[in-house]
Amino acid sequence: MKIITSFLLFFSLLPLAMADKKPKPLEVGFVYVSPTGEAGWTHTHDLGRQHIEKVFGNTIKTRYVESVKEGADAERVIMQMAKGGADLIFSTSFGFMNPTLKVAKRFPKVTFMHATGYKRAKNVSTYFDRIYEARYLSGVIAGHMSKSGISGYVAAFPIPEVIRGINAYTLGFRSVNPKGKIKVVWMNSWFDPAKEREAAESLIRQGADVIAQHTDSPGPVQGAEAAGVYAIGYHSDMSVYGKKAHLTSPVHNWNGFYEDTVNQVLKGTWKSTDTWEGYSANMTTLAPFNPAIPQSVINQVKQLEAQIKAKTLHPFTGPITSNKGKILAKKGQVIPDEELRKMQVYVEGVEGELPN
Amino acid sequence: MDLDFFSAILSATIRTGTPLLLVALGEMLVEKSGVLNLGQEGMLLIGAVAGFIAASQSDSLVLGFMAAIAGGIGMAFIFAIVTLFLNANQIATGLALTIFGVGLSAFLGADYEGKTIAGLTKTPIPLLSDIPFIGALFFDHDVIVYVSWTLFIGMWLLFKKSTLGLNIRAVGENPDAANAIGINVIPLRFALVLVGGALAGLAGGYLSLVYTPLWTEDMSAGRGWIALAIVVFASWKATRVLLGAYLFGFASILHLAAQGMGVNLSANLLAMLPYVATIVVLVILSRNKLKLQLSEPLALAKPWRKE
Amino acid sequence: MMTLAKRQQPSHFWVYLSPLLAIALTLATGSLLFALLDVDPLHALTTFFITPLSDTFGVGELLIKSTPILLCALGLSLCYRAGIWNIGAEGQLIAGSISTTLIALAFIDSNTGFSLPLALLAGMLGGAVFAGIAALLKYQFNTNEILTTIMLNYIAYHLLQWGVHGPLRDPNGFNFPESALFDANTILPILLDGTRAHLGVLFTPIVLVLTWVLLSKSFAGFQIETLGLSPLSARMAGFSSKKIGYSVFLLSGALAGLAGAIEVTGPIGQLVPQVSPGYGFAAIIVAFLGRLHPVGIMLAGLLMGLIHLGGELVQLELGLPKSITGIFQGLLLFYLLSCDVFIQYRLTTQPGGLLHPKKTQKVT
Repeated sequence: MKIITSFLLFFSLLPLAMADKKPKPLEVGFVYVSPTGEAGWTHTHDLGRQHIEKVFGNTIKTRYVESVKEGADAERVIMQMAKGGADLIFSTSFGFMNPTLKVAKRFPKVTFMHATGYKRAKNVSTYFDRIYEARYLSGVIAGHMSKSGISGYVAAFPIPEVIRGINAYTLGFRSVNPKGKIKVVWMNSWFDPAKEREAAESLIRQGADVIAQHTDSPGPVQGAEAAGVYAIGYHSDMSVYGKKAHLTSPVHNWNGFYEDTVNQVLKGTWKSTDTWEGYSANMTTLAPFNPAIPQSVINQVKQLEAQIKAKTLHPFTGPITSNKGKILAKKGQVIPDEELRKMQVYVEGVEGELPN
Repeated sequence: MDLDFFSAILSATIRTGTPLLLVALGEMLVEKSGVLNLGQEGMLLIGAVAGFIAASQSDSLVLGFMAAIAGGIGMAFIFAIVTLFLNANQIATGLALTIFGVGLSAFLGADYEGKTIAGLTKTPIPLLSDIPFIGALFFDHDVIVYVSWTLFIGMWLLFKKSTLGLNIRAVGENPDAANAIGINVIPLRFALVLVGGALAGLAGGYLSLVYTPLWTEDMSAGRGWIALAIVVFASWKATRVLLGAYLFGFASILHLAAQGMGVNLSANLLAMLPYVATIVVLVILSRNKLKLQLSEPLALAKPWRKE
Repeated sequence: MMTLAKRQQPSHFWVYLSPLLAIALTLATGSLLFALLDVDPLHALTTFFITPLSDTFGVGELLIKSTPILLCALGLSLCYRAGIWNIGAEGQLIAGSISTTLIALAFIDSNTGFSLPLALLAGMLGGAVFAGIAALLKYQFNTNEILTTIMLNYIAYHLLQWGVHGPLRDPNGFNFPESALFDANTILPILLDGTRAHLGVLFTPIVLVLTWVLLSKSFAGFQIETLGLSPLSARMAGFSSKKIGYSVFLLSGALAGLAGAIEVTGPIGQLVPQVSPGYGFAAIIVAFLGRLHPVGIMLAGLLMGLIHLGGELVQLELGLPKSITGIFQGLLLFYLLSCDVFIQYRLTTQPGGLLHPKKTQKVT
């Protein structure tokens, strides 16, 4: 009986709660593909969420759903958010692209922001950071720190974004270590700590003394730490996983971008667009450096960083040749964005062939 | 390919194969008695999360491993009660155990997601580990690897030499007959299911405390299922389980090594191979009725109750 | 000392009471869990089990979510009734989604009305062929189907990964691992505006009725039942166990394949690496929860789907971890599987001892 009473009470109070007259805060939803955790891709987006909560206080309200599977479930979760009153939704995994577009069609008044995708609509923007700029700089550090001149790269899938990162890293590496070689191992998964560690160790056995990664787990950093070589993490600061090994990590920083987006939506100035910015917009950076890195190297990196920020240096400035000898950019020429977006070729210095 | 490189690949194989070996030995023991527990993945994850939480709370890896084992046993206990005492279907219960374990481990580990601890390091055996090639291969590992070998020898002796081993086989082949000659079928199966859980829990602890010392959701990445394949592949023989675990471990790092050497194999097609091989083994085994009787526990997954 | 004793006859009372008791126990444990998490249990349970169904959209979602599980489970129940332990619905579903995709991609630019039925048929065929492999292995080589179907699940999974990362990848999709979006002609039409419920959800009631008729009203159903209960009597009656075995294998494979076809031509609209979040495994549990009876399976499947939706909502509304879904599903299954024991057995206190006088107490 008690249960039934409280049940009725709950439903009778519902309209009262809805009739609240206070100005409604902007509701901002986040859809994550993995747990927010301590490190990694989703963690960086959640830092952005916490940042806007701090900045906007009561004018906005945020919520998130983590570990959303990319499949039939994604569309429902995004839809539930839109139905539940969200005014602005960030969906932060490539697999959410088509579901986001489908929901956006049904909710024309809701603003959608999709990270990493390439399809847009009137109320759907896409965004990503030029993480390759930080990868280039991490390559410079790795090039200085490597004694063998061989670096390993644990990579997820041969999509343009990952290939671009390998190339930027290689260009940075070879800018200071001209004979440097980069060996790539493809995982065909974003996340398998044990297997990624195994990949790192197999690269170390082949002479690599710096391990870089474009996967989501700390496995490669842990593998490098155990083997006594250096590592470059990814997404967020991964130094906790390898105090000696971790040199730095290319890091995403969504704080400012999310703040700007919320501001635009609040002011009604938001427009569908594609954002692809890096250092100049403070969306990309490097994690704190390992004390083992000599000051001279840090100075050089700081200098390059300033040039990239001022847009006087572009990592993909020629001469660049592919590892098959094809000229990709002549001296002084910069590979244009359209080419970078669909990059399907290794630059000189990367060993092996791209799988297809 | 020089000798060092070769031995490095082999010792990597041993490391990859160790969690598989532990789970597979446990599952073999359980299957030998005629019980099929498809909850390996759930037990592994609970072992991993329990071990990690205990180790990071207490700063003691020993306590971590004990918690991992206890976690595995706890899960196996649920399975044993539901299938052996309450006679529920083993396949459905095992799958439910996996769903439950995946959820519960993520739930318990939510505050530890992505955290790391100082994991267990290698314990080279003095003198022996200095022998060229052989030293690196057999005497330069972490303690759990040595434990897994001890367990293997124990399992081999159990089925080769002991009455207990004979009893387990009898129960797995024909529980009615075993009961008739005075073997306590249900208590025996119950105990073996718990031992299987302990081994799966230990394997989970190996993942979160040794292999990649951290906790993340779903970190077992399907290893519980691979272990099930290994037991079949090994046609329920301890020596072949050992070989199978290392072979499957090797297969999973083969494409990594091959890529580094510039050979491009399709990782997905390669990943399929162990399962195809298992079916082939099963076909060869099953064509001959006598051979099949000698290896496959014929009462596998069939509920049984003393009337 | 309490002990179980076999009943003379299965208890009809417990057939209906057991699921209710299991649900009550699950809710009780759930309340405890929510209380531990500092959430008002009543509010949490309402959000979990009632809010998902508070509008037509939610009901539509429930139907979409449970359709693949139910189709697989209904097919599996045929196998299980015949005593054939096909646990390969997951692989058969994936095989169906791949073969459907092949047709859908072949018809991507042609404006024809045939492509949808053709794609669905291809899915059924793909699932049936994949199940046929297990049947072939069982009847030609005497292999244990439990073990082969587990292996085939993994082979199908890796085949799918190979496909979406290779030949089936969208040529204009920047190498991302997914196929091109299917043409609107190869997409299941939406039944009701404002929901995502598509034509495919209507297949379930049809299949449900057909399975029921097959099992309870046909001679084939009698043959299946006989084979399951006693292979020996089936042989004595002159039924070919091989023929029945192949039939149920192929039928259940076709239904799982249809489930895969519906997923890719329905809510997803393309082939993606995660076509199924384990529908084929959930179906096995649903089949047993529903006691291999079509109506029971329907209820169990809807409940499993509801728990999934509820798990998403409590995360969205109350900020609770989503892993609660798995815990709830697991609890419900253990409780139900445990409670079901009372159908065949009853609790008695063992005679003897001071505290237990020598009489058997009947607890029904």
